Amino acid sequence: MSANKSFTSRRYVINTIFLVIALVFIIRLFFLQIIDKTNKSSADNNVFRYLTEFPARGLVYDCNGKPLLYNEATYDLMVIPHQMGKTFDTLGFCKLINTDILTFRKKIKLATVYSNFLPTIYDEKIPKEQYGMLQERLSEYPGFYIQARTIRNYPQPYCAQILGYIGETTPEMLETDEYYKPGDYIGISGLEKSYEKELRGKKGIRIIMVDVHNRDMGSYMNGKFDVEAKPGQDLHTYLDADLQEYAEKLLQNKRGSVVALDPRTGGIIAIASSPSYDPNLLVGRERTKNYFDLLSDKNLPLFNRALSGRYPPGSTFKPIVGLIGLQEGVLNTTITYPCYGGFPLGNGKMIKCHSHGSPLALLGAIQTSCNAYFCKVLKTTIENKQYPSTEAGFNAWRNFVLSFGLGNPLGVDLPNESGGNIPTSKYYDRYFGRGHWRALSVISIAIGQGEILLTPLQMANVAAIIANRGYFYTPHIVKAIGTISNLNKKYLTKRYTKVNPEYFNYIVKGMLGVVEGGTAHNVRMDSIKVCGKTGTVQNAGKNHSVFIAFAPMDNPQIAIAAVVENSGYGATWAAPVASLMIEKYLTHKVKRLDLEKDIMDSKLIIKSE
Amino acid sequence: MRQPKSIFSNLDWTLVGMYMFFILVGWLNIYAAAYNEEHKSIIDFSQEYGKQFMWILISIVLILLVLILDAKFFATFSYFIYIFAIGFLLLTLAIGSEVNGSRSWIYFSDTVRFQPLELAKFATNLVLARFLGDISVRLQDIRTRLKAIAIIALPAMLVLMQNETGSMLVFASFIFVLYREGLSGNILIFGFALIVLFIFTLLIDKFIVVAFITLAAVILIFLIRRSRKNIIQFLVIYGLIVGFIFSVNGIYEHVLEPHQKKRIDVFLGKVTDLKGKGYNVNQSKIAIGSGGALGKGFLNGTQTKYKFVPEQNTDFIFCTIGEEWGFVGSGVVVIMFVLFLMRILFVAERQRSSFSRIYGYGLASLLFFHVMINIGMTIGLAPVVGIPLPFVSYGGSSLLSFTVLLFVFIKQDANRMQVL
Repeated sequence: MSANKSFTSRRYVINTIFLVIALVFIIRLFFLQIIDKTNKSSADNNVFRYLTEFPARGLVYDCNGKPLLYNEATYDLMVIPHQMGKTFDTLGFCKLINTDILTFRKKIKLATVYSNFLPTIYDEKIPKEQYGMLQERLSEYPGFYIQARTIRNYPQPYCAQILGYIGETTPEMLETDEYYKPGDYIGISGLEKSYEKELRGKKGIRIIMVDVHNRDMGSYMNGKFDVEAKPGQDLHTYLDADLQEYAEKLLQNKRGSVVALDPRTGGIIAIASSPSYDPNLLVGRERTKNYFDLLSDKNLPLFNRALSGRYPPGSTFKPIVGLIGLQEGVLNTTITYPCYGGFPLGNGKMIKCHSHGSPLALLGAIQTSCNAYFCKVLKTTIENKQYPSTEAGFNAWRNFVLSFGLGNPLGVDLPNESGGNIPTSKYYDRYFGRGHWRALSVISIAIGQGEILLTPLQMANVAAIIANRGYFYTPHIVKAIGTISNLNKKYLTKRYTKVNPEYFNYIVKGMLGVVEGGTAHNVRMDSIKVCGKTGTVQNAGKNHSVFIAFAPMDNPQIAIAAVVENSGYGATWAAPVASLMIEKYLTHKVKRLDLEKDIMDSKLIIKSE
Repeated sequence: MRQPKSIFSNLDWTLVGMYMFFILVGWLNIYAAAYNEEHKSIIDFSQEYGKQFMWILISIVLILLVLILDAKFFATFSYFIYIFAIGFLLLTLAIGSEVNGSRSWIYFSDTVRFQPLELAKFATNLVLARFLGDISVRLQDIRTRLKAIAIIALPAMLVLMQNETGSMLVFASFIFVLYREGLSGNILIFGFALIVLFIFTLLIDKFIVVAFITLAAVILIFLIRRSRKNIIQFLVIYGLIVGFIFSVNGIYEHVLEPHQKKRIDVFLGKVTDLKGKGYNVNQSKIAIGSGGALGKGFLNGTQTKYKFVPEQNTDFIFCTIGEEWGFVGSGVVVIMFVLFLMRILFVAERQRSSFSRIYGYGLASLLFFHVMINIGMTIGLAPVVGIPLPFVSYGGSSLLSFTVLLFVFIKQDANRMQVL
């Protein structure tokens, strides 16, 4: 016992050791459970699979509620590389999906480069037959699963450039917008692009839990943390599908475009650019090949001429020149100018004119499209004594022109709109030298030639301005998004030109004369009073045929511009196209079948192979 | 001798209550870890939680048996039980079934099996207490020391031969008993130093370790240069240490099995093979760490329920506690264990008989070693050694043997007044 006593105190040593170890454990647990947050995410990574639920993309309807496109279900084969594991049956899988091992390895490697832990599309748009078979057997191959999504389907081969197309997000897009993940689709052009945010809806997330063998163990907390996908909103447009189809048919086998606006709203009723393509070409497995075919076509079917094409307006510009002259007081309806077959430039050269009665007042000048008359008007406007210099006069004139929505993009709700070109005085300073140019130096702009460039949309808008006698609404396609018409304010605001509305009636009368008995009398109709203006645009090749018009004269419901490239006189091609469009829109039935057939059947380009 | 009125009188209810706490924690967490939607009942005998319930019931029967038996029974029959246990270990070596590379289980049927080494722990503790408890035995005697070590080493060697290295190491815990009964305190320091040296030698080049040791030795010898006797003693120790360092590599390379080397490498951070050998520990740490402060809640653990942590209801049961009950839950379990151990030491010290006291120390040492290694490995502080968490891990053999170990002690304590 005595020996024992001496060792009794050793119990404290042993107790202390126990306590120290317990303390070490508690500290360690504190670090693992309270301080270190990485374990939490690692555990989540282990067990949670975040399945993306793709919402159905919004549809696009025409003004009569007719859908311009549908959604169609499609299935993508997804892979999460790190889940494949070491025992993955590569051979069996390659056999299942009908591929060779090399391709398989390459694709997996690519997927791994993106992320070992996030899903990547291995194969997209699996044919329906294959889908059923895959679904059944895919559980044998960890890391692979099938994800459904919807793709576009177009009932008719029209509206391609307006609707645009969707495509896979590029790495640059991924960097600028966190919403998108690789393999996601995004609007690349057309309405798909400009209304991407509304159309796409909001992706949902379904959280499921998996066990160590990657088997689905059901949803997490009964879906409490799932985010339901919000379907995309539908677009209701001003487009008239029938008229759009008609426009595209009229333009077939020609290079050109037609834009028809409702001047009362600025709504775009039809907007066609030719040549176009079947929008179904850019959907499905072949779309990459088709895309490059379209891209290499020298007639540029992917290029929307109606918005991005820039043309000299030619004589269709003359009403604007006249209006500014009236506003500036250098012109009135009774002033006449003679025309001796053209407008002399003082250096022996002259702007030529065709033969017509002379001298003419404003009405007759528009009706016959007299070059000399408008050159004279421009000259007197720019060299107006109230301005200290030609430069100042030109700048004042230019400001009037800009107020017609020219020189800058109008702000249509479609991507890639060009602003055309209205030259600045600085431009001429650079060209001629400061103070070294006069009205005569730039006189060709009076007849819409030279540096002046308009898009067909701007031309149609000019027709709408004249139809409205002095104002316009910014042209736009979409009338309403979803169930409510929550349009941007800018599409609901009248934009006035700097020309007093009272002057427009003279121009309207002149333009009526153009169709009733002037340069475009060949497209005159008894039933509808159409006001128009022809343009024959000189350029490097054959003349462009241009025509702007609106109808009916007193209660305009349609304003239109047509451009047919390298075809000839304005009255020969563009005027019939625009006139047929007006007839179709206002009467729903075209009576001039011969003219219609003539235009539709004409081939001005040979479809490139 | 007075006869107690009831077998329940004089029981240390603190220990019994804590025991019940651990049993309950174990059972609930096995239920959570092995939870199966199709078998929701916690007493469904087709599931492990149901089986654990059965083991708990059997434990109660054993407890009653232990309490009914005379307190002197185990002391008296300790050598008999020891010999029986040794025989059982030998038998296992002969007819045992190989499971996961070790031959430590005896199968009575496909589902009923027993691990004799659990019995051996109990028997060794009994005999050690009996041997050291003899009044004529003094640990200062070198022959007594050798005998005591032999008592421990014999079952330990047999367990090692069964390829149960982890359980073999458990026998090292009796070092606390020897220390308490008078073995020099240097033994603890020496043991600790050996572990540190072992780790350092594997981590750092052995010549650098030797250089440091030599430098330390030269300085020490300079300081104690006056005492020639000490210098000679010191030089001997120095020689032993250097010899140990050079043999570490030999032990590591030739004695340890590849999987043991891997476990040590993972523990030392020399390999971070998170998919292979380091997988267990990594997933275990993730499970515990993801529990956070308050845990994910009962049955809401994802790491354990979906089997990311292997062995999650046996050796890695602490993960489930950490994941579902968080820092609070796992902290409470750790604190309860240390209080439990300290209570055992306290109760041991109040014994009149040396046998009871030494037995109590042996019990505490065994439990301590199991808890330290088991929890240590789940939180990455100890290498992965497959030993259970007492009372908590799933498994009949360990539950029954620890229950008997504990209640033999409680019975001794209840009878302490009858001891003269």
